[in-house]
Amino acid sequence: MYQYDNYDQTLVNERVAQFRGQVQRHLDGKLSDEEFRQLRLRNGLYYQLHAYMFRIAVPYGLFSSRQMHTLAHCARTYDRGYGHFTTRQNVQFNWPELEDVAKIMEELAAVQMHAIQTSGNVVRNVTADQYAGVAADELEDPRPYCEILRQWSTLHPEFCWLPRKFKIGVTGAAEDRAAIRLHDIGLELVRGEDGEVGFKVFVGGGMGRTPIVGKVVREFLEKRHLLTYVEAVLRVYNQLGRRDDNTKARIKILVRSLGIKRFRKLVEAEWELSRDDGLELTDAEIERMQGFFAPPDYQPTAEGAAELEQQVAADKSFARWVKRNTRPHKVTGYRIAIVSLKAPGAAPGDLTDTQMDGIADLAERFSFGELRSTHEQNLVLADVAEGELQALWEGLKALELATPNIGTLNDMICCPGLDFCALAKASTIPVAAQINEKFDDLDYLYDLGELKLKMSGCMNGCGHHYVGHLGLLGVDKKGSEWYQIILGGSASNDAVLGRRIGPAVPLDEVANVIEKILTLYVDLREEGERFVDTVHRTGIAPFKERVYADHT
Amino acid sequence: MQIIRNQRVEEDTWRHAPDGEPLAAGQVTVSLKRWLEERDTLIARGDVGVRLAPADELADLLADLPTITLIVLEFPDITEGRGYTQARLLRTRHGYSGEIRATGDVQHDQLSFMQRCGVDSFVVREDRDMDDALAAFGEVSVRYQPAADDETLIFHRREQG
Ligand code: HEM
Ligand code: SF4
Repeated sequence: MYQYDNYDQTLVNERVAQFRGQVQRHLDGKLSDEEFRQLRLRNGLYYQLHAYMFRIAVPYGLFSSRQMHTLAHCARTYDRGYGHFTTRQNVQFNWPELEDVAKIMEELAAVQMHAIQTSGNVVRNVTADQYAGVAADELEDPRPYCEILRQWSTLHPEFCWLPRKFKIGVTGAAEDRAAIRLHDIGLELVRGEDGEVGFKVFVGGGMGRTPIVGKVVREFLEKRHLLTYVEAVLRVYNQLGRRDDNTKARIKILVRSLGIKRFRKLVEAEWELSRDDGLELTDAEIERMQGFFAPPDYQPTAEGAAELEQQVAADKSFARWVKRNTRPHKVTGYRIAIVSLKAPGAAPGDLTDTQMDGIADLAERFSFGELRSTHEQNLVLADVAEGELQALWEGLKALELATPNIGTLNDMICCPGLDFCALAKASTIPVAAQINEKFDDLDYLYDLGELKLKMSGCMNGCGHHYVGHLGLLGVDKKGSEWYQIILGGSASNDAVLGRRIGPAVPLDEVANVIEKILTLYVDLREEGERFVDTVHRTGIAPFKERVYADHT
Repeated sequence: MQIIRNQRVEEDTWRHAPDGEPLAAGQVTVSLKRWLEERDTLIARGDVGVRLAPADELADLLADLPTITLIVLEFPDITEGRGYTQARLLRTRHGYSGEIRATGDVQHDQLSFMQRCGVDSFVVREDRDMDDALAAFGEVSVRYQPAADDETLIFHRREQG
């Protein structure tokens, strides 16, 4: 993975000192609450319902065992013994004291981590395919480009006060696991007509209260122009994006109101003028960055595969985990292991300090000391030799992190909701628990197949409900909590927004309603058809009828 | 009044004329609108600067840049970001070499970014401590990207050793 040099280390160290000064000026009354807010936000520090909330960047979801140990230490020392993995591959602490935040930053800086630009109207943490570098369906590893973008966007003097936050997602794989079509800019590594690899560029996607699927702004962009082009997009947005209304300030609204054609013209015109401004990358620079992401020293053995086969045959429970929670690796003899953070009863994405330490050790032993976080709020050990999977599984079981439910209904995305968020209209974590309780039969879940459930506690959509195969949106009705049901969304290559099936249902009824929907799905589906595909084939009408049958 | 110019506290000599009011003697700024309306008179008078609001188009001013010695960029509040692009384009794309000044909700933590975009003087909010503001410039010494300053892209620097 990327290693800081002197430049990077100096920058994060100086940033910590700067933040310390800001806190001091705030405490001395020289910075008002609002002024301090603008500054702390640029360092990932929010104020939430009960307390400060501190969001730490995990660039493109990649981090090391050593960094995980530091997170565990911080969770223990400065928080209430846990941390939360977010939908943007970051980590969040929900209970730090303001006086401690600079200290946490210092501890992070010592292991090459920071919280810069994890919030505020700036370019945020760049996200990537969680299987980058190990996926069999990958054309090229996106992470070197993510790191290049990270550095370019860090403390960019021109773009530190954008109209609104700005998110970039990158993938190099055939299957879009990074939801790039739902980013302000989405980048897909593709092969151009002459065989050269470059980027297809999407713009203007996003969730939030006005979810929009991004559009292609450029079919092919040469790699060397990655930064020149992205800077041109940002400049157009910085000048023309709306600043009068926060809910209309994202680039998606600008693109929608101009139309993609006019927007493209503006960007191309700006690019003509600025592409020689010193941001063009050389081959040597790209190769140097790629060097940081070179494959580890894989040593596949023939015995490993045979051993795994035997173990799987001998232990049903292990076999189930292998089937559900591992994925093929591009190197024969290795598997990608997914660590579910969706154990029944746990808040999706939460991890205790002990679990953090434990999993850091497992990554050290079994996966070259590296971990990944996913936008679906799980963790990944990407490079596990087949012969060692069982030992890993045993280790995960001991940490209660071996729930074999990846890709199932219970592997849901869920925003913090009423428990932590001042804007929430409904609680989400109890609904997750309700669903977990109702659907506790793994075989039934497996039979349902891939099903992406996404839940937000209000229309701001942090839980991506509009692109869930099954989306849940919390709403308030006369002071009580209700849920809207949305079907048929997708965040992948076929990105599309789901449709609301009718009036909201009471919070207590959510799991029952889901049961009705799924029972109908099982009746309607054709051989091997996923839930979302059935919904697309039949439309929402039959589901609507079933759910509201008793009410009409 | 005191301002920060080229990282020093200096006495300011400029006055800023509201639209419709007569110009005082000496160095004075006008809005872009007024500049465009009274352009010939103002050029003949000399010593006139132009104030740009965030939504103002640079295009309207380009032909006149050589005759203008001060451009004031307005930042009505801290979240306003268009001035950064205005400054950078004035400096790097349009070769403006006169003074660029930031005014409005300008304080400590924006100064260094503004400076990197080509702003060279700052009207720091009156309730702010000047020395405090001056300390802002050196806080983060590492710059990853070029702007209107002499920095080069970090990857170029690394490649050159
Ligand atoms: C005040 C309480 C809020 C909480 C606790 C909260 C929590 C979160 C969290 C944890 C994430 C993942 C962040 C990351 O890792 O970068 C997120 C993302 C997001 N939040 Fe919020 N959020 C809040 C308010 C809002 C508001 C007010 C909006 C919109 C106006 C909003 C819109 C979004 C969107 C659109 C995403 C990410 C989806 C995407 O574009 O990829 N959130 N939120
Ligand atoms: S979706 Fe709404 S409730 Fe959930 S975290 Fe975002 S703002 Fe809060």
